[in-house]
Amino acid sequence: MSQSGGVLSDAVLVARKDLLLERRAKIGIGQVLPFAILVLLLFAFALDPDRGILKLATPGLFWVTVLFSAVLTLQRSFALEAEDGILEALRLSGMSPAGIYLGKVTALTIELLLLEAVLVLGVAVLYDTKFLGIPLLFAIALLATLGIAGAGAVYGALAARLRSRETLLPLLLLPLLAPVLIAATRGCEVSLEREAMSGWSWAALLGIFALVYLTLGSFLFRPLLEDA
Amino acid sequence: MTTTKIQSASTVSPAPTGTGSRGTKVLGGFALVFLVIAVVYGLFISPPDAQLGNTIRIIYMHVPTVMAAYLAFIITAVSSGMYLWKRTEFWDLLGSSAAEIGVLFFAVTIVDGALWGKVTWGVFWRWEPRLTTSAVLLIMYIGYLAVRAIPADPRTRATRCAIIGIVAIVNVPIVHKAVDWWRGLHQGKTVLGTIDPEMGGTQLFAMYSSLIAGLLVCVWLLIHRFRAGFLAERASDLGLDQALEERRLESSPATGEDA
Repeated sequence: MSQSGGVLSDAVLVARKDLLLERRAKIGIGQVLPFAILVLLLFAFALDPDRGILKLATPGLFWVTVLFSAVLTLQRSFALEAEDGILEALRLSGMSPAGIYLGKVTALTIELLLLEAVLVLGVAVLYDTKFLGIPLLFAIALLATLGIAGAGAVYGALAARLRSRETLLPLLLLPLLAPVLIAATRGCEVSLEREAMSGWSWAALLGIFALVYLTLGSFLFRPLLEDA
Repeated sequence: MTTTKIQSASTVSPAPTGTGSRGTKVLGGFALVFLVIAVVYGLFISPPDAQLGNTIRIIYMHVPTVMAAYLAFIITAVSSGMYLWKRTEFWDLLGSSAAEIGVLFFAVTIVDGALWGKVTWGVFWRWEPRLTTSAVLLIMYIGYLAVRAIPADPRTRATRCAIIGIVAIVNVPIVHKAVDWWRGLHQGKTVLGTIDPEMGGTQLFAMYSSLIAGLLVCVWLLIHRFRAGFLAERASDLGLDQALEERRLESSPATGEDA
């Protein structure tokens, strides 16, 4: 049925389109990133920087900030598609739904990884965190972000056409991402040498999560585009 | 039941007017009998446990409610998959009815688990793996019901719900594993939610009768909820037909008088 290329070329096309839009509109850099840094500051106001709580809780605070920013990024990413019947146009374009899904996920992952890179610097400066175990940290960031984007794209597309999407998306998405928050936080604690347990088992759990949701999303995106 | 069938076949409108039938009455009767047995044995006849003391009586309620909730969520997941495959109203209604019943039983489970915690640990809440997992799952299914409550075209709404039903059930083992490891670093598992193999005769009887009672009540509620949902759909169809008919009559009042 698909007249254009395969799933992968569709994915590349959609991802490039999203990244181009982001480069031009600069919503991520202009709005989401300042919001994320603001959250880091708010945590500092709430938790008194002198008592050492910030330093102890850095991995958790970092990932909570990433989750909040991911909700905003997702809303932006799918609000683009929901306007002017673009989702219908995508459906009629002959592109494979799995390709569209993987393209959205790729663009989201790249945007969120860039955001995380800046946030890591923010945490290092604001919370005085020293980073160790860089390979593990990198693996955890990549796998967790893939999972967030993979699960998020399914619910982002589902909520996009609903009038109550702003309130509904966090309600649907955040409990789903609870295991990502747990695994990413604990894994980072290991890489910051706060926990003795091997961090790679957390990375493996994040990998399984990402794999499950990417597979599920690739299959569910067709009914999602056609009916939901 | 057979008489109503014959009647409905001969009359023009076969729509049922209630959610009860002989089958549900029998089922409800059984559920009631087992509930009474469970209450009598669980609260009065069975002795306190050697380790847990009288708090074991909360577990007689806790295990059935959590089992019923999981049964309901499994039904939701299977129905969601079947809906995406068959696209029939039956699977959509079954899935959403089961989700509602599941949320109800899960909320009860968390409340009785917290009560047990207050008596045993001195606090209502501990970040114990099962409690934490349950809390996350409950909120996930509340999200399902929130989407269900949004008015939409039936096919659209059913597809949305089916997707959430599938995604949610897939997440259950992942949440469980993550929370298990997370808390496993700090404390061992608790006895809450497990059936002790050393349990004595009347205790075991109380446990099993309450388990049967819980599952029967769950199925009974599910059937009624399903039928109520079915009737609600018919009523909304009827309302639409009626409104159309009224608009038609408004445009040509003479035809209404003639008939």
